[in-house]
Amino acid sequence: MIKAHHFTADTSRALGGPDWLVARRLAAIEQLDDAIWPTPGEEIWRYSRIDELDLDRYRPVPIEEIGPPGATNAPGGGPLAREAGTTSGLVVVRDGRVVRQELAPELEAQGVRVCGLATCGSDDEVQAILGSVASASPDAFTTLHDAFMPGGALVWVPDGVVVDHPIVVLHWAEGEGEASFPHTLVVAGASAQVTVLERFGSPTNDHLVDAVAELVVCDNASVRYLSVQEHGPKTWHIGLQRAHLGRDARLRSAAVALGGDYARLRSETLLEAPGAESEQVACYFGDGTQMLDFRTLQDHAAPRTRSELLFKGAVEDTAKSVYSGMIRLRESAQKSAAYQTNRNLVLTEGAGAESIPNLEILANDVKCSHGSTVGPIDDDQRYYLESRGITPAEAERLIVLGFFDDVFDRLPSTSLTDSLHRAVVDKLEHRRSRP
Amino acid sequence: MSELRIEGLRAEVAGIEILRGVDLAVRSGEVHAVMGPNGCGKSTLSHTLMGRSDYRVTAGSVMIDGAELLGLPTWERAAKGLFLAMQYPVEVPGVPIGALIGASLRSRGLDETGIADRIAREAERLHVRDEFLARGVNDEFSGGEKKRVETLQLAVLEPKFAVLDEIDSGLDVDALRDVSRRVEAMTKEGALGVLAITHYSRLLTELRPDFVHVMLAGRVVASGGPELADELEAHGYEGLAERLGVTELTIERPAEPKAGFDRAKTQSLADLLKEREASAQADPLADPFADPLR
Repeated sequence: MIKAHHFTADTSRALGGPDWLVARRLAAIEQLDDAIWPTPGEEIWRYSRIDELDLDRYRPVPIEEIGPPGATNAPGGGPLAREAGTTSGLVVVRDGRVVRQELAPELEAQGVRVCGLATCGSDDEVQAILGSVASASPDAFTTLHDAFMPGGALVWVPDGVVVDHPIVVLHWAEGEGEASFPHTLVVAGASAQVTVLERFGSPTNDHLVDAVAELVVCDNASVRYLSVQEHGPKTWHIGLQRAHLGRDARLRSAAVALGGDYARLRSETLLEAPGAESEQVACYFGDGTQMLDFRTLQDHAAPRTRSELLFKGAVEDTAKSVYSGMIRLRESAQKSAAYQTNRNLVLTEGAGAESIPNLEILANDVKCSHGSTVGPIDDDQRYYLESRGITPAEAERLIVLGFFDDVFDRLPSTSLTDSLHRAVVDKLEHRRSRP
Repeated sequence: MSELRIEGLRAEVAGIEILRGVDLAVRSGEVHAVMGPNGCGKSTLSHTLMGRSDYRVTAGSVMIDGAELLGLPTWERAAKGLFLAMQYPVEVPGVPIGALIGASLRSRGLDETGIADRIAREAERLHVRDEFLARGVNDEFSGGEKKRVETLQLAVLEPKFAVLDEIDSGLDVDALRDVSRRVEAMTKEGALGVLAITHYSRLLTELRPDFVHVMLAGRVVASGGPELADELEAHGYEGLAERLGVTELTIERPAEPKAGFDRAKTQSLADLLKEREASAQADPLADPFADPLR
């Protein structure tokens, strides 16, 4: 049972919104009574810092505090959106609540919806899907999320509609000692195509973000999805990003994690129907005292499905990372193939990376492989580059950027590659400038 | 006219003395071959010159035009005009040749303009296909491609002296010819001085050295012209050693120290399955992901 002073039926009700949303939250509040608070003793929370989290430190962001987009430090569709290049739509989410939405008129005419769940999510179609993906993989944080989500972003692409440019969802989390619950629901109808870029940011405040992204990729649809987490150094981020794929559906998803104090992402894909294909990639770089924590699932429930996962990370200073990944090939998943690779660079003595690959293979006619490495920069690579007259600092920069190169290459949007290069270099140089 | 002068060079690896007093002098435009059997210290010489950290110099000096290189970090030795074409060029994934050369020029404060064209011209000359320029340097290259790309770097970086460590190993005839022709042109047109380390005489028919040195057990025991290579061809290292009254040809030592990744862990799928099975038996409830759909 979760007890926290500020997370009650009253504070949930006070978040307001349409009746269906208030009722949905209150139903989750009931479940909170039965929810079990996680501990590092559970395998899925092993190595995490969950025992440091004191919910009493936080309260839900009150409705009256949510300012307009563009207020102090808020993205407001400014530089973060421009970096994404040409876009087809934009949603700005402040502390979990949609404060701005834009959509190309020709897409609106085709039935595409890019909007706030609280205002445009009341119809039966949306209601039938909202929560159906996340509830297949619940934990205490998805329940808490449901009990306090004030709305969220909806990206709805009807059957057969192709959205040419990315739809950008910008999340900003602000209040000191506050918790926000951003929700994103992406639905790509049969044979639809769409790219969604999500960016999460926050200032230096102590803030808890409990995020859920649900991706529904219908038959023969194609979704490219990128989430970039660039929170401030005191933010806690606990996120679930889960996709369900229909027949011959294709998902390319990517996660970039750079910020936060403790940032955890569960990245899960369920290949529900024959011919579905998913790719999950991630790059992460922890410094200072950060911990970046990933739990992945490639769940094959149908024949001739294929999944590929490549997660690469670096840690320096006393930062830690955790990668724990599961490939599950169910009895019904004959003729499927699943691949999983996790590679970690440990750049300083005090830093550490855990890599725990797991396989559960119940079908006998499948292909499956994985690789996992944790190690420092290869001395031979350093020596080779230095023998070409390259300074040690420059050699290290090249090797680390080169290490991430195949992940950067596979990001759904190349428009962010330059800024990610910069972010990686900034982290490296920050370390170098220390005494 | 420049000179690379090696005097009384002694070095040890893991506490075992491998170089036992090496003297050599190479001037601009000259091609010197250092020949010797495996284990005589040839590769130790090349890495000691370049300053690899696990090789410890105990005596001697290495100078370019009177300036001491010993004690300088590897990159500064390169900046002073020394280049080592490695026997086993290291794979650096995600760092293509253009980025490497750009970084090398930047590190030395040199101008990068026009460098892409320069690389393209050299690639054409050395028959390096575009895909090898786009990929991380040496990343899944064949032995021949690696040596062509080593030679490309040599040509673009224009050092004063190049140590070619077994540049002929892993090469087919065409690649050996391309590499040798390019190096020869650099010695003639660019006055590059070359120290070519090999244990095969086949390189010498292509590279045509001015001087041949024979190294046995960490010392240069004989120096001469190309005729010395002919003698080796006829009588072998043992025949030469007998004539010189040298009894020790090679130095026994532990396996080559392999740097890096000693903390790495890599598990094969088979090992992992075995481990999983073992842990499942130990604790059948330890399923990290409760199946939500069942």
